[in-house]
Amino acid sequence: MKITIASGKGGTGKTTIATNLAVSLHQAGRKVQYLDCDAEEPNGHIFLKPAMESTYEVTVGVPEVNMDKCTGCGKCARLCQYSAIICLKDKPLVFEQLCHSCGGCMAICPQGAITEKQRKIGTAQFGRCNGVYFGQGLLDIGAIQTPALIKYVKKHIKEDAVNIIDAPPGTSCPVIETIKNSDFVLLVTEPTPFGLNDLQLAVGMVRELKLPFAVAVNRSDIGDEAVVRYCQQEHIDVVIQIPNNRKIAESYSRGEMIVESIPEYKQKFLKLYDDIVSLTKK
Amino acid sequence: MKELVVISGKGGTGKTSITAAFASLAQNAVLADCDVDAADLHLVLSPKIKQEQDFSGGKQAFIHPEKCIGCSKCAKMCRFDAITLNGPGNSLIAKTYAVDPVSCEGCKVCVEFCPVHAISFEAAINGKWFISDTRFGPMVHAKLGIAEENSGKLVTLIRKEAKRIAQEQKKDMLIIDGSPGIGCPVIASITGADAVLVVTEPTLSGKHDLERVAQLTANFGIKTLVCINKADINSEMTDQIARDADALGLKVIGKIPYDEAFTKAQIMKATLIEYTGGSISERIRTMWQELVYQLG
Repeated sequence: MKITIASGKGGTGKTTIATNLAVSLHQAGRKVQYLDCDAEEPNGHIFLKPAMESTYEVTVGVPEVNMDKCTGCGKCARLCQYSAIICLKDKPLVFEQLCHSCGGCMAICPQGAITEKQRKIGTAQFGRCNGVYFGQGLLDIGAIQTPALIKYVKKHIKEDAVNIIDAPPGTSCPVIETIKNSDFVLLVTEPTPFGLNDLQLAVGMVRELKLPFAVAVNRSDIGDEAVVRYCQQEHIDVVIQIPNNRKIAESYSRGEMIVESIPEYKQKFLKLYDDIVSLTKK
Repeated sequence: MKELVVISGKGGTGKTSITAAFASLAQNAVLADCDVDAADLHLVLSPKIKQEQDFSGGKQAFIHPEKCIGCSKCAKMCRFDAITLNGPGNSLIAKTYAVDPVSCEGCKVCVEFCPVHAISFEAAINGKWFISDTRFGPMVHAKLGIAEENSGKLVTLIRKEAKRIAQEQKKDMLIIDGSPGIGCPVIASITGADAVLVVTEPTLSGKHDLERVAQLTANFGIKTLVCINKADINSEMTDQIARDADALGLKVIGKIPYDEAFTKAQIMKATLIEYTGGSISERIRTMWQELVYQLG
């Protein structure tokens, strides 16, 4: 089972819901893995406090030109769509940070002068926290190949566990990479005009990818009715609503889980899981 | 003309509400929304669109099934798993391949290596961008298509257009609403800017994300200012973040308490300054004055 927690708008409570859901399910006796794919700003570790067991350097392939073999024909530069390899005065110049690792330059070079070397873009760490399996990607500052790092983290999905995948905010490439192949996507929003606008974008995205989904409304009493009305009109299930609560906000600020500060919430998260499971069978 | 970019690292800290408040306070500015995959600034500034244009950030491969011989060379060479089997290859329907537009990154490798030239390479429309008028001045913004990429390129385009307008109309400031994170759209929105304002919040997540985003702005050598929003949610953490910011050479120019006016103003489609003349408005005004001073 792979449940991805996503949102158009940032700061709506993705990580709060993902971590509390993971811990509640584990305490109810399930095998659970939490994977933080918000590799630009991963925060799940703050709440789950895992003991890391393994760390991997994640790399992408970038071209290296053997100048002894290069004839300066420029075919590599003409093929490259990302300006990652350009030819100046018959000499190729590589801009590694722009490379998408498509392999085109290597394949097209008639001299076999281009080989692939590895460039580090971030790290992936795996460990455990009180029995919950934990994994996260951490993008290097200045790197842009977030989707490649997310792909690496997702290779660690455990087929025999409930995988709770924490997505980055937004609707562009890193988010798409994260939610691809999920069994279910939970879109977290808040009942404000910004929350509604970004939810509509996120709904467009999951519909385009043809994935089953539902909505979670966090701080459900701070704004207006427009989000709930939109969900009714669109026949989207709202599977959990979490009211605004100073105690939750304060415990969040200290890196504490809701299920620790307000234990009654455990039942609410377990019900959320049951509802998600029944929606995937629909 | 000075260019200011408002970013946050962590999402949901109040970037857009603060950007909109600045729009109210600036006398002679151009506004731009570079948070192109979750753009919200227009919800407060209600722009009247003057010009609308398609955005094409790249090209996309398309396999013509009638030409495809099903050799699978494209599928073997594609590094993005974007080539899928299209026909079953039985006695009735030939085996052919197709491109999954969501996965295709437009690298052109399949187009180049198809032995029967069955793949065309066409400009993909990835979104729309707009030049608009608002009650506070011109605004450049965009709408990225659903599940589209190239958000970095769109950000670069928006900034270029906004700068052009600012120069033509002799504006003294360009105020940009950026996106959360530290990746490609953020890099595209901050490179070469005069200053970045990071809006954070006093939570461990906010602190952690501020540190990462500050490393990014330091790498680019951009003057970085900090606003701690919802500062009273955890005042110890606010002090801690202020000390950390000091140590990192960042200047904290404002501490704004938690206020329901942020949500209420949004619902009224008003900026915080328009919505309330109360203390929150005063604090943002003071922060704005400090910001203008810091920009020089």
